[in-house]
Amino acid sequence: MRYPWLLAAAWLSLILATLLQIAVPRLLGTAIDDVLARADTSRLWWLAGAIVLVTALRGVFSYGNQYLAEAVSQRVAYDIRNAFYDKLQRLSFAFHDREHTGNLMSKATVDVEQLRFFINMGMVRSGQMLLLVAGVSVVLLWLDWRLALAALAFVPLVAYRAIAVSRRLRGIWAAVQADTGRMTTVLQENLAGMRVVKAFGADDHEQAKFEAQAAKVMDSSYTAARTQAQNGALMQVFFWAATGLLLWLGGRAVVDGRITLGELAQFILYTSLLVQPIRMMGFLVNTFARAHAAGQRLFEVLDAESPVRDAPEAAPLSNVRGEVAFEQVSFAYRAPGAKASENAHGPSGDAANGAAIGAAGFRPALRDASLRVAPGQRVALLGAPGSGKTTMVNLLARFYDVTSGRVTIDGIDVRDATVASVRRSVGIVQQDVYLFSASVRENIAYGREDAALDDVIAAAKTAQLHDEIMALPQGYDTVVGERGMTLSGGQRQRLSIARTILLDPPILVLDDSTSSVDAATEARIRQAMENVMRGRTTFVIAHRLSSVQGADTVAVLERGRIAEVGAARDLLARGGIYKHIAELQGAPTAAPGPSRAGGAG
Amino acid sequence: MMHGMGGMGFGGMGGAWGRRDNVNIDDEQGKLFDCEVVWRLLGYMAPYRRQVALAVLGVLVYTATTVAVPLLVQRGIDGYIAQGDLEGLNLLALAFAVVLAAQYAVNYGHQAVLGRVTQSVLFDLRRDLFAHLQRLPMSFHNRHKVGSVMSRVQNDVSTLQEFLNIMVVSLGDLISLAGIIVAMIVLDLRMSTAVVALLPLLVLVIAVWQRFARKAFLNVRTAIARVNGSLQENIAGVRVVQSMNRQDANLSKFNELNSANLNANLRAMSLSAVLMPAVELFTAAALAGAVVIGGSLVFGGTIEAGVLVAFALYIQRFFDPIRNLTMQFTQLQRAMTSGARIFELLDVEPDLRDAPDAKPLPPIRGEVRFEHVSFGYTKDKPVLEDVNLTVHPGQTVALVGPTGAGKTTLVALLARFHDVTGGRILIDGHDLREVPRASLARQMGTVLQEPFLFTGTIRENIRYSRADATRGRIEEAARAVGVHDYIMSLPDGYDTVLEERGGNLSVGQRQLISFARALVADPRILVLDEATASVDTETEQTIQRALKTLLAGRTAVVIAHRLSTVQHADQIAVIEQGRVAEVGTHRELLERGGLYAKHHALSRGAATPEAAG
Repeated sequence: MRYPWLLAAAWLSLILATLLQIAVPRLLGTAIDDVLARADTSRLWWLAGAIVLVTALRGVFSYGNQYLAEAVSQRVAYDIRNAFYDKLQRLSFAFHDREHTGNLMSKATVDVEQLRFFINMGMVRSGQMLLLVAGVSVVLLWLDWRLALAALAFVPLVAYRAIAVSRRLRGIWAAVQADTGRMTTVLQENLAGMRVVKAFGADDHEQAKFEAQAAKVMDSSYTAARTQAQNGALMQVFFWAATGLLLWLGGRAVVDGRITLGELAQFILYTSLLVQPIRMMGFLVNTFARAHAAGQRLFEVLDAESPVRDAPEAAPLSNVRGEVAFEQVSFAYRAPGAKASENAHGPSGDAANGAAIGAAGFRPALRDASLRVAPGQRVALLGAPGSGKTTMVNLLARFYDVTSGRVTIDGIDVRDATVASVRRSVGIVQQDVYLFSASVRENIAYGREDAALDDVIAAAKTAQLHDEIMALPQGYDTVVGERGMTLSGGQRQRLSIARTILLDPPILVLDDSTSSVDAATEARIRQAMENVMRGRTTFVIAHRLSSVQGADTVAVLERGRIAEVGAARDLLARGGIYKHIAELQGAPTAAPGPSRAGGAG
Repeated sequence: MMHGMGGMGFGGMGGAWGRRDNVNIDDEQGKLFDCEVVWRLLGYMAPYRRQVALAVLGVLVYTATTVAVPLLVQRGIDGYIAQGDLEGLNLLALAFAVVLAAQYAVNYGHQAVLGRVTQSVLFDLRRDLFAHLQRLPMSFHNRHKVGSVMSRVQNDVSTLQEFLNIMVVSLGDLISLAGIIVAMIVLDLRMSTAVVALLPLLVLVIAVWQRFARKAFLNVRTAIARVNGSLQENIAGVRVVQSMNRQDANLSKFNELNSANLNANLRAMSLSAVLMPAVELFTAAALAGAVVIGGSLVFGGTIEAGVLVAFALYIQRFFDPIRNLTMQFTQLQRAMTSGARIFELLDVEPDLRDAPDAKPLPPIRGEVRFEHVSFGYTKDKPVLEDVNLTVHPGQTVALVGPTGAGKTTLVALLARFHDVTGGRILIDGHDLREVPRASLARQMGTVLQEPFLFTGTIRENIRYSRADATRGRIEEAARAVGVHDYIMSLPDGYDTVLEERGGNLSVGQRQLISFARALVADPRILVLDEATASVDTETEQTIQRALKTLLAGRTAVVIAHRLSTVQHADQIAVIEQGRVAEVGTHRELLERGGLYAKHHALSRGAATPEAAG
């Protein structure tokens, strides 16, 4: 427990409050005995005053207890949220490939809240329950042990039920959460893919899909509600049955003259103190069951170890010249539907021979790839979708770690360098551009918060975006939406380019960066990028021969292997795959455009 | 007993939802009772009124049994124990058992019925929300973040679930309060007057307390909404976060929001924890009153001892309903806001309503005609102006022009994602606005630049809305676009389950599958936002071949980024600044020496291979 003092204080005030609570029926019973047995009303006012006073005092402690319990639970929730947030942003891409955003959000909201609630109710308030039951039991046994045993007979029954039901509810709540998660996924995809839905007129199809999931949620939620209702009703009946038993047996005792009527009254009133803990028991059982399911879901994430992390003696990369080497690199993504725990390790271990993974799921993304790039050189990676181009740069920036072989920057294995320094050295213009709900300026300066406006503008100018930003209603202060709805694809892409320019990385990766712009804009970007690429080691993930132009080296990938490497001119002459592609694209079989002078160094 | 005050709303929501502007999580008014919301919710309960009536009856019987117990105790003490009547006591014990058995049955029964009703109402609400979202136009979805819409369907509905539960519990509480008052009056008028007199005082105390608490609870909800908003954005943008090394900066920002949330909660708790002791003090005062007054009465022989015991039992439960109601006020407030937000969303008028007299579009030949079409997303900024264009059945028209010229908007209008603001669009002579949207969508296919796939198997994705598509048809389509062999190479073939948005496939593969999906749909008119850029040369060749098959006999409108596509088009329309600047074939436009010719030359300069070829 991380807050021992708070918790101790909460417990202390709880004990005091409970003791004072137990005093009240004693005072009431005394009053009844005074009137009935001793025919004495002189102390009635005193007893009445004592009841109020004791309760007031108890109020102080129960206030303290409630507040402190909440404080503990809120702090724990605070810690969990921070930990969750940080964990998520540090888990590797492999994790995020698998986990739906909606699912993670539901963990962060609903599950954290369940857990918090349980800490409040379970860890602290349940103490009150136990204490009250114990205190009342002691007093009752002291008053008359035979009657006490009768009155308390239901306690073990309640406890047994509670455990049994808790176990059942755990399963039920897990089902509710799983069903809700699936319903959320349908909804989220429907909204995100609304264009497709509309374009195909698939409203009915989607509606049926959603209703099927919603019906499952309805059914499992109902099962949970019914189980709770049954349990709650039973608990209450147990309690009142005890009162009835007390009345029956106690009445006989009074008639026999073993106890007084006042004592019987005390017995009944004491037992009535237990109504609250019993009611809470039913509630607590449910809370516990939900928290258990929630906790499991949360810790699944919190305990996930990112396979990409700093080695114990990792040093930051500094003064990177930009020499990059892939040495017999192999890599496989996890098979879809594989166990969703990141520490269960997909790509590593048994995967030295990628074929093993191919049998279990998707074929390895990269096999035995070797490539050497001198500082400042420009490399074009060319190949079919899925041939391993993106994988190569993902490995370079350590979004994943290699399965075997190694990737080095300036001769240093990237796994021996700190993750942060590797990513600082590698700037990536990503295929899927994510814009945050913030101003254009903040989005451009995303990797460098302290960047001056002038620098941001300069980057935007280089990315050929400045004029278009100025045309926006609030210029650089215009807020762009969650999925960049207000910017066109081309604009988003150039914003992403500007982002990377501002970071000024020694190694640059352009992934398909000119795909969604028309020819005129493309020409402008191309010119701008020429400037940016100067002096940096650059990987261009090329889908077209035109992107290959100006590259010092072309690496042609095929099914995860580097099939051909060399200058475009040489590859053409060799007459292999590259030449084939070139012919397909109808490129001139002569020299492929002007090669940059002196680039090869 | 309940202190569930952490809001669960995703944050960062806002924006106008039609009628009301500025529905923003940050400035909720926090109404305690919104008649309109409650009324409409009751409307959702109407189909289940029989069950509700049954449940209410159950609540009444249940309350009667719980109120009866102290009365039985009183009878036992005064009637039998004090008189030494053991026979009578036995009978009473039997009666006690009967009452308890009835209580169990009724308690379980009514809660189960209400649970069913609650879940059914929630299901109906979700179903209606979802259906409504399908009807809302693209412009709505473009304007509103997925997260904020999700939050309404998800969290607001869950909050309403709490609300329904509260309604049930509160109803029971109120009935039980009334029952207790009646029972007390039956037992002894003087003592009950003393106890009931405390009630207005308690209500006054709670009223004062609320003034302070309400603000605090609103702050709590705002704070948690901000926390969740930040969280969601970070998850969605995690790839950017990681590649930009923003983790530390983000965490410290998140920590700020998280701390603010913690403090808001502690502050709210410091207020809400007052309530319980206060209510208990009232209970104690009532007990004290009972001791003094009741004691004297018992002493004077006016009442018997059992009455005093019964009173003590009643008093302990007397203030509970009031306290419960107060504790639930936070939830109530939240539920009112949630309800308002849900109904607000349901009230957003789909501005693309099918005309009342809309007749389904008959099977079309595929003639498309834009007549003086104008359109703007906002009134002051027209995107398209006076566009005229005719595409004959089976023809392919290529749209070219700079980014932002209006090409995408033009095809969006054709698919009726939006309605034109001026002029009209005719298909086979039918104005788009005069046919049901669904009948249009069935005959029109769209391939988007960014392929979007759904979680599910590859087969389901290709089949998509054509549930009747046979295996053979699906595979045929996959073959036609050249993705069949790839699919078969996967361990589960067509039954391979795709991750979120097909994340386990490359962009090119996703693209191919989306093509196959369009093929299965077999539309008469195909709209293609040319996506070939994200596909490599070889795949592109496959696609070009497949497209030729696909386009054969179909009318096609293609947003072209490649000259190769353009050259094969029957017609090329050059769009610039929202107008059709030039129309003609490749040859005609080149000869004219206008924009297109310039564009062409530029591309050639950029050495697009096709141009060079």
